[in-house]
Amino acid sequence: MTPDQVLEQFRATGVQTCFHDRHIEPQIYAGLDGTNWRLADYEARGGYKALRKILTEGMTPDQVIAEVKGSGLRGRGGAGFPTGLKWSFMPRQFPGQKYLVCNSDEGEPGTCKDRDILQFNPHIVIEGMAIAAFAMGISVGYNYIHGEIFGTYERFEEALEEARAAGYLGDAIMGSGYNFQLHAAHGFGAYICGEETALLESLEGKKGQPRFKPPFPASFGLYGKPTTINNTETFAAVPWIILNGGPAYLACGKPNNGGTKIYSVSGDVEMPGNYEVPMGTPFSKLLELAGGVRKGRQLKAVIPGGSSSPVLPASIMMDCTMDYDSIAKAGSMLGSGAVIVMDDSRSMVESLRRLSYFYMHESCGQCTPCREGTGWLWRVVDRIHNGHGKPSDMDLLNSVADNIQGRTICALGDAAAMPVRAMIKHFRHEFEALIPGYVAKTPVNA
Amino acid sequence: MNDNTPAPAAVPPLSEATHERFAREIAKYPPDQAQSAVMACLAIVQQEHGHVSPEHEKVVADVLGMPQIAVHEVTTFYNMYNQRPIGRFKLNVCTNLPCQLRDGEKALAHLEKKLGIGMGGTTADGLFTLQQSECLGACADSPVMLVNDRTMCSFMTSEKLDQLVDGLRACAHPAASNGESA
Repeated sequence: MTPDQVLEQFRATGVQTCFHDRHIEPQIYAGLDGTNWRLADYEARGGYKALRKILTEGMTPDQVIAEVKGSGLRGRGGAGFPTGLKWSFMPRQFPGQKYLVCNSDEGEPGTCKDRDILQFNPHIVIEGMAIAAFAMGISVGYNYIHGEIFGTYERFEEALEEARAAGYLGDAIMGSGYNFQLHAAHGFGAYICGEETALLESLEGKKGQPRFKPPFPASFGLYGKPTTINNTETFAAVPWIILNGGPAYLACGKPNNGGTKIYSVSGDVEMPGNYEVPMGTPFSKLLELAGGVRKGRQLKAVIPGGSSSPVLPASIMMDCTMDYDSIAKAGSMLGSGAVIVMDDSRSMVESLRRLSYFYMHESCGQCTPCREGTGWLWRVVDRIHNGHGKPSDMDLLNSVADNIQGRTICALGDAAAMPVRAMIKHFRHEFEALIPGYVAKTPVNA
Repeated sequence: MNDNTPAPAAVPPLSEATHERFAREIAKYPPDQAQSAVMACLAIVQQEHGHVSPEHEKVVADVLGMPQIAVHEVTTFYNMYNQRPIGRFKLNVCTNLPCQLRDGEKALAHLEKKLGIGMGGTTADGLFTLQQSECLGACADSPVMLVNDRTMCSFMTSEKLDQLVDGLRACAHPAASNGESA
C-alpha cells in the first residue's frame, strides 16, 4: 500500500456528521449522501434554478436584495448581522472593481458545519455566491477555505471547474450580460483569519492581522476596493430563498431569525455531528437529536455558539431556544452555532485552561492588551488548575479580562475575555476550591 | 536542536512543474496582485520539499515580486508552514476543548507512547513528527488528526492510531514489517 492508501481508510465519510435522519426540514443538507456532490446531482436536486430564475425572468438586483431582506437571513458566521442589509451597503455606482468573499475559514472551536457543506454540497455555495454577486454588481469573488481542511479545498476547486464548464461561472452566464469569476483560496493555520479584515489581509498575501474598522469592507475591502464578506452557510441559504421567497424562509424559523440553521454539536453527547434544524428549535430538542448527554450523565454546561461565546449552565440552557435572540437574552451568543456540551464530570477550570491556551496561541500579536493579556489569563488559570493559585487570582482574572475586552482592534480579545468572565460568573466555586487558603467572598451557587 | 530532525540537505531547485502550479495560483488574482498567491505557493513548496527553506522563500519572493522578508512573515505567521525539515509524516493532533472532551489528549498521549517521542519531536528514523494542534475544524469527528497538512483522519481511537502508524511504517520499511528481505 502507498501512504495515501493507508490514510484514505481514516478519512471521514460524513455518515456520522451529515448523512443521518436527525435533521429537521433541512434545506442545505437535504438529500446528501456523500456521493452526490457533483454538478449533475446538484441540478437534479433543483440546483442552479434560482440563478436561472433571476437571469431568465429578469429579477433586478434590488428585487434580489429585497427578497433576502424579507427572509430574515442573518449572518451564519457568528455576528448574526442581517444579510440583506449588509448587501445593501455595497456602493452601486462604484466605477472600479468590487469583490465578493466567502469566509470558509472555519476554525472556531466546535464548528464543522461549513466543511460538510463544501465537501458534500459545494455547488450550493457557488450558486449562492453567484446570486449575491449579481445582486451587488460584483464580477470577481473568492472563497477562502480553512487550510486544515485541504481535501475540502480541493473538492471545491473541482466543483468550480464543473460550474465554469457548464456556464454557471465566467462570462455571459446563461447567455445573460452578467459575468462572475469565482476562485478558491486557502489559509494555512491561523484562527485569526476567520476575522473578516484579517481574512482580507491574508487574501492579499500578508500576515492575517485585522484592520481597524471603520472603514468597513463595504467601502475599503480587498485591495482597498468595496467588498462584501459572508459566511459559507449564509451563501448556501440564498438559493432556497430566491426559489421559495423571503417570507417562506422567514416562516421556517421565527420572527427576526429566519430559516434553518446548522448546529455543530460536539463534546459530551452520544452522537456528535451537524444538525440542520429550524431557527428557534428548543435546545432540549437539539440535545435529543444528538442522542442526549453521553453515558446517561447529567448536563452540566453548554457553550452555545463556539468557544468564544460565554458558557451557560444547564439550568439556563434547557430553557433556551436555538436562535440569536433567545441565546442573547440568556447572556451568551448563538455565534457560529457550535454547541459544545459538557457533562457533570467535567472540570470547568480544566476546560477554561484549554480555551485560554488557545487564545494565547492564536492572538495575532498586534494589540498589546490581547497579546499580553491572553498570556496572563492562561498562566493564571493554569496555576489555579495546578493547585498553585493565589487567593488574589480570582480578582486578577477578572481584572485582566476587563482590560482586554473592548480595548483591541478585533474581537479576538473579547473572545478570549468573555469565556473567562462567564466561567467565573457561573462556576466560581470550582476555581475557588482549587486555590489553597481561599476564603470565599461570595455565596456558593451551582 | 535536541530532537532527531534530519540534517538540512542542499536545497533542490524548484521544478518547471512547480512553477506551473505557481502560475495557476497567480492567475486567480489581478495582474498587479501576484502577492495574493503567496500562501498557496508556499504550501506547494512544502508539499514538494517537506518544509519551506529561506532559499525557497527567496524563489517565491522573486516569482511574486515581493520582498523576501514579506514572504518570511507569512511562513512564520501561519501555523502549518514547517520552517525546518521534519519527519516524513507530520501528525497534528487536535486537543482543543471539543476534542479534549472526546479523547483528543488521550490520542496525543497514545502517539507519544507508541512513537516514543514527545510532542514536537521526530522519531529517530525520520518518519514521524508529532505535534499538538489547535482547532482543525472537524470537532464532531474527534479525536481528529491531520497528516501532512492534507489528509484529515477522523474518529482516531487508539486502535486506529496503531493501524495508521503501523501502516505508514510498513510503507516506509516494507522489509522490516513483513519479515522478508527486500
